Amino acid sequence: MAKVEFKVPAVGEYLEIPDLQPGVMAKSAPFKAAPRHQQALGFPGELVENWEERAVAKLGELLSKYRSLRVHLDACVKCGSCADKCHYFLGTGDPKNMPVARQDLLRSIYRRHFTLAGKLFPRLVGARDLDPSVLEEWYSYFHQCSQCRRCSVFCPYGIDTAEISMAAREILDEIGVGQKYCNEILGKVHTIGNNLGLPAPALANTLEGLEEDVKEDTGVDVRFPLDVQGAEVLLIPPSADFFAEPHIDGLIGYAKVFHQAGISWTLSSYASEAANFALFIGNYEQMRKVALRIRKAAIDLKVKRIVVGECGHAWRVAYSFWNTLAGPFDFLDPRYPVPQHIIEFTHDLIERGAIKLDREANDHMRVTFHDSCNVARATRMGARPGGQFVLPREVIKASCNHFFDMAPETIGEKTFCCGGGGGLLTDELLELRVKGALPRMQALREVQQEHGVTHMAAICAICKSQFSKVLPYYEFPMETIVSVHQLVSNAIQLGTNS
Amino acid sequence: MPIMTVIYALLLYGAAAVFGLGVSYRVLTYARTPAPLKIPTMPAPVTRTGVVFRVAREVALFESLFKSSKWTWIFAVMFHLGLLLEVVRHLRYFIQPIWFWTVLVQPFGVYGGVVMVVGLLGLLGRRVLIARVRYISQPSDYLMLLLLLGIGLSGLAIKFLDHTDIVSFKAFVLGLLYFDWQPLPDSPLLLAHLSMVAALLIAFPFSKLLHAPGVFFSPTRNQVDDARERRHLAPWAAQLEGAGDEV
Ligand code: HEM
Ligand code: SF4
Ligand code: SF4
Repeated sequence: MAKVEFKVPAVGEYLEIPDLQPGVMAKSAPFKAAPRHQQALGFPGELVENWEERAVAKLGELLSKYRSLRVHLDACVKCGSCADKCHYFLGTGDPKNMPVARQDLLRSIYRRHFTLAGKLFPRLVGARDLDPSVLEEWYSYFHQCSQCRRCSVFCPYGIDTAEISMAAREILDEIGVGQKYCNEILGKVHTIGNNLGLPAPALANTLEGLEEDVKEDTGVDVRFPLDVQGAEVLLIPPSADFFAEPHIDGLIGYAKVFHQAGISWTLSSYASEAANFALFIGNYEQMRKVALRIRKAAIDLKVKRIVVGECGHAWRVAYSFWNTLAGPFDFLDPRYPVPQHIIEFTHDLIERGAIKLDREANDHMRVTFHDSCNVARATRMGARPGGQFVLPREVIKASCNHFFDMAPETIGEKTFCCGGGGGLLTDELLELRVKGALPRMQALREVQQEHGVTHMAAICAICKSQFSKVLPYYEFPMETIVSVHQLVSNAIQLGTNS
Repeated sequence: MPIMTVIYALLLYGAAAVFGLGVSYRVLTYARTPAPLKIPTMPAPVTRTGVVFRVAREVALFESLFKSSKWTWIFAVMFHLGLLLEVVRHLRYFIQPIWFWTVLVQPFGVYGGVVMVVGLLGLLGRRVLIARVRYISQPSDYLMLLLLLGIGLSGLAIKFLDHTDIVSFKAFVLGLLYFDWQPLPDSPLLLAHLSMVAALLIAFPFSKLLHAPGVFFSPTRNQVDDARERRHLAPWAAQLEGAGDEV
């Protein structure tokens, strides 16, 4: 593939706040959805004639449905605390990538149409009318937000630019200007059951191949069951786990854990996708439709528990929204949280001594951990707040001897997005993705130099794909990125307990 | 009744009404708008009590701002704390007899005014000097700071330069409260001070000053992290249930 022409930002001694470079990213925009992708989701195929009116009406509707939008559009005092917190701003220097400036792209229209001050004195309060240039700006800059919520941590009112960009994308869909990547994928989930469009026979084939590989590797018959009625656990992984590296090593890890714990499990060919891209376009109905597929699969397969694989935004939807969208899950075993994360599942087995891990198996690695943005700031694991930071680290430390954290201001709740989240993991946005990865690359470079770190583990399909792609731009080997359950897979002692 | 007294009495009544009704309307809108999804910024408290403390820390300590920028935090605390002290100090004009604790606050109140003005100058300096903050500033953002500075400086001037007749001013204020109007002391500084306060009250419900009620209503800060344990369903979302579902 031809490389896009752009300059990879230099990784310096420490992360610098860039000078403002207005407009440098104004040309960045993802491909637009074709009419058939739009119509499959019930959106207009192309820009509707009275789009200004429809956009304002949709904004009004969203204002009445979402308190977050209403309060967050009103409350901002322009203090600028969030301004230097976004990885896309830090990586590009484009001032419209400062979270507050991104919000203002929508706020200016909100003020013009929904506030007295904006109706009477537009210039004074930065209100403006909708015109084609605003539309272009929306499409460009609301697709330069990975909805990672880092800005929301630092805002005194918790203003979440992710909420604003979701609303903006919803308005864009409503007037017929959808994004190809997200909307095409959503069509596939609705019809085939996963983002890849991998039909059931191909999935069965893949899983069979995996069984053979593991058998060859370990001599043990580890199963990858599909559509098994009455299994204890339904596993919902991101579909990237079926084919991409290093994702697939994570899937092998889950299978070995189930095997070793002696807990029956199954995948579903009807719902073989944890990721819910409707989150990215902010659409409640679409998000609900994807979630209901999983509910149906769980009922049809008569399972007792649902466990979700390593996927960041997916875990957000599963943890925070499934109960709302597709609950109540009263048909499942009430002794377990619904849903459970595979990390929670494995962590519990390790604590109970139900699986044994040999750390030395990973002695060739010096590992750090990338907190995925949506796991960190939109979910929890375990019983205590912050468990989403503790549990994965404990699983890693139980699997390897050499673990080192990156700088504190780049992990935990302050973690940086990988640069590819929120529906931006598409090739035409490569420049944005590479530049947006700068803060993480900076932190990784530091632990590489200080501690000789060789690998970075993650629990998100998007993070893994994004890093595989951008690491080489920063002169790290592509294989630096690993799945957490890949470490578990290497370390697990198969056949040690019966 | 001097004409100025009538004008200012009406102005202050009007401003108070706009402020009261405007803010109530806004708050009612916030309260009535559903929050359909669980979106607390994590890690978040897992109990209601925990959330009360989280919001209290945001209001009293500006916790998130502290994480973000120490300088902004310092100026912001100076301004808001100064303002709070001044507001409490001003209560002495409204109540008779004066409560015991408002008496205690009086000497600090003076510092409050100075601290508030210094804080405001710091915030204004940031806004002018830092390119990022300048970029996101609208004219109204500067005007708001200038208005507050105007209030603070005219207040300090009254205190230190003018020595307006406080006793008759208090009579004027109590007169307004009990609908028994008394003449307003004739001081240009006082008139300027009062005009700006009226302007602030009128602007409040239509401006970013809504951050004050807003902080209590922000779902990212006031929601409990209990999505798995408790089903959260907004009325409009409940209406989708059953309609055309396969399950
Ligand atoms: C619940 C009460 C309040 C809280 C928690 C609160 C909190 C904050 C915070 C955290 C900031 C951001 C930092 C800064 O730029 O100063 C801010 C800004 C501001 N606040 Fe408040 N505030 C409250 C009430 C008020 C009131 C009553 C006023 C005025 C009458 C006010 C006026 C302002 C102004 C003008 C700014 C912007 C300062 C600037 O331009 O930099 N606040 N507030
Ligand atoms: S949500 Fe993340 S990507 Fe979006 S503006 Fe905030 S910090 Fe930037
Ligand atoms: S931190 Fe919050 S209040 Fe401050 S500018 Fe950003 S969004 Fe606005």
